[in-house]
Parts: sequence; C-alpha cells; structure tokens
Amino acid sequence: MAVDTQAPSRGFSGASYRTCPETGLKVCSQAEALIKVNAVVAVVFLAVGGFFGLLVALTRWPAVHLLPADWFYLLLTAHGADVLLFWIIFFEVAVLYFASAIILNCRLAAPKWAWLAFVLMVVGAVVANVAVLQGESSVMFTSYVPMQAAPHFYLGLIVFAVGALIAVFVFFGTLVIAKEEGSYEGSVPLVTFGAITAAIIAVFTIASGAIILIPTFLWSVGYISHIDPLMYKVIWWGMGHSSQQINVSAQVAIWYAVAAMLLGAKPLSEKVSRMAFLMYILFLQLASAHHLLVEPGVSSEWKIFNTSYALYLAVLGSMIHGMSIPGAMEAAQRRAGFNNGMFEWLRKAPWGNPAFSGVALSIVIFGFLGGITGVIMGTEQLNLIMHNTLYVPGHFHATVVGGTTLAFMAITYLVVPLIFRKEIMFKKIAQWQPYVFGAGISGVSLFMMGAGTLGVSRRHWDIGFSDAAMSFDYPATAFLMMGLNGISAILASLGGLMFVLVVVCSVFFGKARTPESIAASPTLPSTGTAETVTTYGSEKHPKLPGTVVLVTVFFVAFVLYYYVNWKYLSEVWPLS
Amino acid sequence: MSEQGTGSGGAPEERVPAMQRLLDNPFLLLFMGVASPAALYLLWGVMELSQIPIAQ
Amino acid sequence: MAISPPENKLWWKEPLSGVEITWVGIAFLWGLVMFGTMVSWHFVGKQNLSNETYRTTPDAFGEKVEAMVERFQVREEGDTGVPVVHPTPGSDVYMLGRLWEWWPVLELEKGQNYRLHLSSTDWQHGFSLQPQNINIQVHPGYDMVLTITPDKAGEYAVVCNEFCGIGHHTMVGKIHVVDKK
Repeated sequence: MAVDTQAPSRGFSGASYRTCPETGLKVCSQAEALIKVNAVVAVVFLAVGGFFGLLVALTRWPAVHLLPADWFYLLLTAHGADVLLFWIIFFEVAVLYFASAIILNCRLAAPKWAWLAFVLMVVGAVVANVAVLQGESSVMFTSYVPMQAAPHFYLGLIVFAVGALIAVFVFFGTLVIAKEEGSYEGSVPLVTFGAITAAIIAVFTIASGAIILIPTFLWSVGYISHIDPLMYKVIWWGMGHSSQQINVSAQVAIWYAVAAMLLGAKPLSEKVSRMAFLMYILFLQLASAHHLLVEPGVSSEWKIFNTSYALYLAVLGSMIHGMSIPGAMEAAQRRAGFNNGMFEWLRKAPWGNPAFSGVALSIVIFGFLGGITGVIMGTEQLNLIMHNTLYVPGHFHATVVGGTTLAFMAITYLVVPLIFRKEIMFKKIAQWQPYVFGAGISGVSLFMMGAGTLGVSRRHWDIGFSDAAMSFDYPATAFLMMGLNGISAILASLGGLMFVLVVVCSVFFGKARTPESIAASPTLPSTGTAETVTTYGSEKHPKLPGTVVLVTVFFVAFVLYYYVNWKYLSEVWPLS
Repeated sequence: MSEQGTGSGGAPEERVPAMQRLLDNPFLLLFMGVASPAALYLLWGVMELSQIPIAQ
Repeated sequence: MAISPPENKLWWKEPLSGVEITWVGIAFLWGLVMFGTMVSWHFVGKQNLSNETYRTTPDAFGEKVEAMVERFQVREEGDTGVPVVHPTPGSDVYMLGRLWEWWPVLELEKGQNYRLHLSSTDWQHGFSLQPQNINIQVHPGYDMVLTITPDKAGEYAVVCNEFCGIGHHTMVGKIHVVDKK
C-alpha cells in the first residue's frame, strides 16, 4: 500500500521512516503502524458501543420500549464501557503517538512496549466486554460497590488500564527522544502541548483507577471482605471523571490542529493558550467532585473548592480555548482575504470539508450544550435538582459525543489520507456525516436534559413505573422528550454509520493516494501548508469582530442559563 | 539543536523566562498535574471520609 | 505539517492582543462570581445540603426506623402493606432504601421542619423526590441527616435514581405532605 515518493530511509537509531509527500514530515513507520491499529480498533469499539447506545435509546422511547429490563441494563453497561472508555482511549493513544512521533518528526520510543500496550488494551477491553455480555456484570460503567460484578470485569478494566499507562509512557519517552535527538527546536508545538496535558491527566486517571479497581477485584474474588462505598466513589471518580478530562484536552488539541492544518491558523498567543492548558493540568481533575455533590460525608468546603476546579480556573482555561480557536480561525481567514463584514471569514470557511465542519460543530456543541451545562450541574447546590437525572447523560453526550467523538471523527478525515494514505471514499456521505451526527447528538443531548429537568431518572428501564407497587407519573412532556430522544438517537446512529462506512471502506478498499491524486486534491490546502504555516507563531494584534460577537453570545447564554437554574432551585423545598 | 535555556532564534542573548521553562518541562508538569488533584481531591476527600463520626 | 514549534522561541514575552486579554479578564471574573454565588447561597439560600453524616450499620439504622414506625404509624399505604408514619413535627424521621422499596411512607405537615435520615441496608440508592426534583445519594453504612421543610401540601413520590439491580425501576416510595392539623 505504500506509495512513497521517496524510498523509506533509516535513521541512526534503526527506526525506519518515510517522508510524507504532503507535509514533508518524516514519518516513523512504527508510529504509523501503531496509529493505524489503535485507530482501527477504536472505530470497532465505536461501532459496537454506538449500536448498543441505539438499542438503549430505543428502549427509553416509551412507545418502542425495545429491550427487556435485564438486556437494557446489560447493554447500558456495555455501551458505557465501549464508547466512554475503549473507543475514546484507543483513539487517544493514536493521538498521543501522532502528537509526539509524527509532529515532532522523530521515532517512537520503545515500539515493542507500544505494541505490548496495544495488546494489553485489546485483551482487557475484550475481557471486560465478555464479562458484561455474560450477564453477571450489569453494574453500569460506574460499578458502584457493594453491587458486585464478575471478577473478570474488574480484571479486564485493570489490564486495559495497564496497557493505556504503558502507551502514555511511550508518549513521554518519545518526547525525551525528540528533545535529545533535536528533532525540533525551541518549545514543542501547541498541539503537542495539548497532548502532554492529556497524557498528564491520563496518568492521574489511571493511578486513581488502579488504587480502587485492584482492591475491588480482590473483593470480588473474596480476598477482601468490604469496600467502603463512599471511599470507592471518591477514588473511582478520580478515574471516571478525569478520563473525560483526557478527552477534553485531546479534543482541544485536535481543534487547534485542524484549525492549523486546514486554515493555517496560528494561535492568537502561545502564552495564553499554553497557560489555559496549564490550568487544565493543575485543576481540571478536581471536577471529579461533580459526582459527589449530594453525597453524605464530604464537607461543603471540599465540594465547593473541588467542584469549582479551584475558583473555576479550569473553566477559565476552556473559555480561553473557546475564544482563541475561533479567533485564530478568523485571523487566518481574514489574512487569506475573507475580510468583508463581520462573518465572511466564517461563511467562506471550508464547510464542505468534514474535517473542518466536524471540528466547528464539535466546538459549538461542546461549548454551548456541554460546557455550560457541565458548569451548572457542577455547582454544589444546583446539583440537587439534577443529580442522577437524565440531565447528566444529556450533558455528557454533548461533551463526550458532540465534543470529543465529533472532533475525533473530524481528524480521522485527515488521518485516512495522511497516515493510511488512502483516498476518502463516498465523498458526499463524508461531507454530510458531521452534520447528521452533530444534529442527532445535539437532539439526544437536549432532549435528555429536558427530561432530566422534569425529573426523569437516568439508568431507568421503565419511566412509566408499570410494575411498581406505588405509582408515579412523570409529566407527559417527559415522555415526549424521550420519544424525541429516540428519534435523535436514530439520526445520530445514522451519522455514526456513515462515519464507519466511509472510514472502513476507505481504509480497506480505498484507492491509494498517488502523487497525481495528491496534486489534484491535496489533503491540506495550500493556504494551510507551506509558507503560512512554517511561520507559525503568535498572531499579531488582529482585529476579530466576528469572534467577539460569538463569545459574547456564548457568555450571555451562559450567565442567563446559570441564573435560571438558581431560580429553579429556589423553588424547591427548603433544606439545610 | 538549541541548548535549553536560550532561544537561538528570536533573541539569543535573552534568558528564557521562568514560566516558559516550566511550560517546556513535561515532567515537572506531570508531577504538578498528579500532585495537585492527589492532594486537593483525593487526600482531602479521603481524610474527610475517615473522620465521619459513628451514629449514637 | 501545519503544526510546528512556535517561531518565536521567546514566545512568553510576546505581547497579548487586547481582545484576548479582555476575554481572559471577563472569564476570570465570571469564575469568581460563580464561586461567590455558590458560597453565598450557604448564607442567603434556603436549599443547602447539611454536612451532618454518621457511620452506621444496616442493623442499627433498621432498628431506628422500626422504632419510629412503631411509635408513629397511622395506617398502611393503600394495599401495599407499607406503613405510613406521621411523626411529630421537628422530630427525627427516617427513610430506608432497600431492594426495591423506600420504607416506610412518611406523612409530614406542611411548613414544619423534620430531621430526615437517609440510609440504605444493601446497595446504593438514589433518593429522588418528585415532582420537586430533589435528588440525594443514599449509601449503605452512612446515615445522612438533613433538615427538610415541605412547603406545599400534596403527594410526592420518591423514585430511586441510582441503578440498584433488576428491580430498580419498580422502586418507588411516597411522602405525603398534609396541612397542619
């Protein structure tokens, strides 16, 4: 499948390279192979887990109510593990290898270890899936004790986590090699810095997971008699929530990467963007407390400090990225001549390129639907009117699916031609895919949050309570919401299917890229490469009226919705 | 390869500011990024749980 | 590739654009406002969770619930056989979550304070008071105490909103709020 314009060469360390005909970068063949396998396995888990998600949504649609209760809880557990953990982390490992070896132009550290990591992750993920599908481990993704899963459920997760940890250290090793061998000068690129942020959070995540999952495994086989449920929950969420913060960091890095690759966008300020990532490194993980705001035993001081990411400094980081990425895009577009009026730069952006539209939608969905609601739900008192309702999955389908998954899909449209060196097949389908998926998942998110606002419980098979001894009826609107959620889930699944179809067909049956096809349809437009980009640096005092309008709209929405929720809270029974 | 601590491109005479050196050091960041939540979230949280009194 | 090291190696010393630094300032201040709102609600707001929690055991908690039921039972809830208790206003009231019921049913007087104790005897449960939409996590081995003041008469459901096994969706309890006698 190789269509190199130049023969592979060997570096002094024995690693073999090819030179990318589109970017001129030296591509380490081991890194390339590992990126491929991790990305392919990631997409397999996305397809499987996404399918389970569709079945779950169709069961929650009261008029359809597809699955029996035991299957609903079983597949809900599998859905959580497959997409929240396995799809995302396999893809993130690919992102880490890309952001180190490829972007830094050097060889991957310890490729044998990287392969071991891959094998462990696959084995762990498969074992955990088997455990769930055998039916003895329908404990949900959170597996709160004292509810117990089969031992190999915990073991699978532990093996997976060990593999992921090895992969993270291969990434750090690669940074060392790049520095020692001088494959770049000065500071690492911003995208790599974002990947470093993700990797750091990953280390804390996996360490927390080990601290709690290993004793829980021993408990499940009988060596330990008791696991304290509160202790479990505090430490488990050090893993469970932080793992989503890996996503945030990786996804923001991808936003910067795609903006740079397609538009030639430079960050407005290296300093500000890197400080924003530093806020993530220091404080983002504290938000694990979001899951403990209505728990007994932890004080309001602990809750307020941690849930606010230390006075909202990590939210500050996100708001900076949310301004500086569109700002960088606007600056680049204006430089390229789209200078008329407030929004010509945005109108004339490459909306037909799924890599761009995917990232643009990812930013909007993550910011407006996921970010605002996350901060609100993570407010100590407001959590009282949201905890464990469908508002929670509504929120995180906007962040993890609308934000992270869509961003990962978007960059896949660049990875296929650049790393797999295949033409994207079914270009029309690919063009529409981010819109279909984005619309579907926005619906899923909004309607679940709507139902949650009306009180509907998450992880609940029968919101009609038909088998309950005591009756209760949620408002009729809630049932309507769940129907609309089902329809949105079908739309999102269609978008997911389009993605899998395009990617799988392109990778396995696509035409290889040739020098002619590269010349005819470059993956990276000429404005995005060559001259503009090699002078990548900090933008000089640009005027960004469009971005100012966008962030103003965002800020007003944020403030209004924040206080609307305080109003809701003030109307419930006084408690103290 | 430029030696750490000086920027050979922009202004070779100038020393790299401390914050930039911090941001250029992934292992120092790794330490901070693990120590911060371990202390503020995990340790503080576990300490509070261990101090819950027993019901009368 | 479009992603390369900063051209200016001393990027820390580059000046900031006015738009960006203004936004950073606004975002930082907004963070302080949100933090302050959360803190001040503890002083001016009426909906705050207490920090009162005790370690307990399923047996010890169960005994307290039994004692309350014995003392204050007024009837049974419909044909469910679950006792309804009408405790003295201001007193300690208990609600127990277990597979798969909330026990017992409480009858409270409007506008009165009660010290509500929540615990579980088996797995974790979620106390979800509907249609108020007040949601509190319930743990086995921990007795969480909060003072509640029901301010509207009516029939309220307690839905379990923490997954607790195959009967989870049948776990519904009741709280009646009645006008003062």
